[in-house]
Amino acid sequence: MYDTNLVLGGKEFTSRLIVGTGKYSTLPIMRDAHEASGAEIVTVAVRRVSLPGTGESILDYIDTKRFTLLPNTAGCYTADEAIRTCYLAREAGLGEMVKLEVIGDQRTLFPDVIGLLEATQTLARDGFIVMPYTNDDPVMAKKLQDAGAACVMPLGAPIGSGLGIRNPYNIKIILESVTVPVIVDAGVGTASDAAIAMELGVDGVLMNTAIAGSADAVSMARAMKLAVEAGRLAYKAGRIGKKLYATASSPLEGLPDWTS
Amino acid sequence: MSVKITVNGKPMDVEPGLTVEGLLTLLNVKREYTAVAVNRDVVTKRDYDALKLSDGDKVEIVRPMGGG
Repeated sequence: MYDTNLVLGGKEFTSRLIVGTGKYSTLPIMRDAHEASGAEIVTVAVRRVSLPGTGESILDYIDTKRFTLLPNTAGCYTADEAIRTCYLAREAGLGEMVKLEVIGDQRTLFPDVIGLLEATQTLARDGFIVMPYTNDDPVMAKKLQDAGAACVMPLGAPIGSGLGIRNPYNIKIILESVTVPVIVDAGVGTASDAAIAMELGVDGVLMNTAIAGSADAVSMARAMKLAVEAGRLAYKAGRIGKKLYATASSPLEGLPDWTS
Repeated sequence: MSVKITVNGKPMDVEPGLTVEGLLTLLNVKREYTAVAVNRDVVTKRDYDALKLSDGDKVEIVRPMGGG
């Protein structure tokens, strides 16, 4: 079936799965999982280098000619911290696409949407391709779009929780509320969660822990690739309506007569 | 007299006149995908040679790490 590409800030991607680089048991496993996922975008955190600056780097295991790096602002609790982190990432040569997080609460890691909106405005004005991690709130999604976000990334459930898509109805309403791509970020626990998200009609799914924390990250990465593709195909194909009672699949006419 | 700075949260005594470039060389920091901030402001690479570190400067040197 013909499908369009995922377009973010004018860049086109054929894969609708974005994966992380955190929490893998080893870097070679991360590299193999990235390969199996078919992803074209991988997220990275921006952190202090260990000093002296020798030693293994995550970038020794990411082919930056193939993968677009998406620096995040994880751990930032104010718009100011998040904005400065994005400037640092850009200066480091990580490009202009950023996964913007402004966290509001340590226990839930729910976003501080006021700070998020402020940071989105500033960064979009400064030429960044802003991909904000936000609540499953259609009103906020629209405000982020109006502030210049290149997409909106509502959570399915708290980061790393694996609880799946807790409010599919809100995700549906977000899809109706904005014209920019909608990417479900956070909450996916297993392949069916990714498929459910895609079946709703979202443009992509971003995940880290579901793959990196699984017992076999490379197999789970492949499962996620297939689930995202299956969910996308099912959405495009158009599912049947739900009904309470049965409708026979076999014709009622032409049944043999078994009466004696 | 040495200059007292903080690098990635750790106190450090350096020679007067040390530049950002000199500090990165001293600490053996890879340049690829690395960025530096001094006192919360990002230092562009073309300023590494010119910017001399002063007493009390807080230097952050960052790179991409694993994250989601």
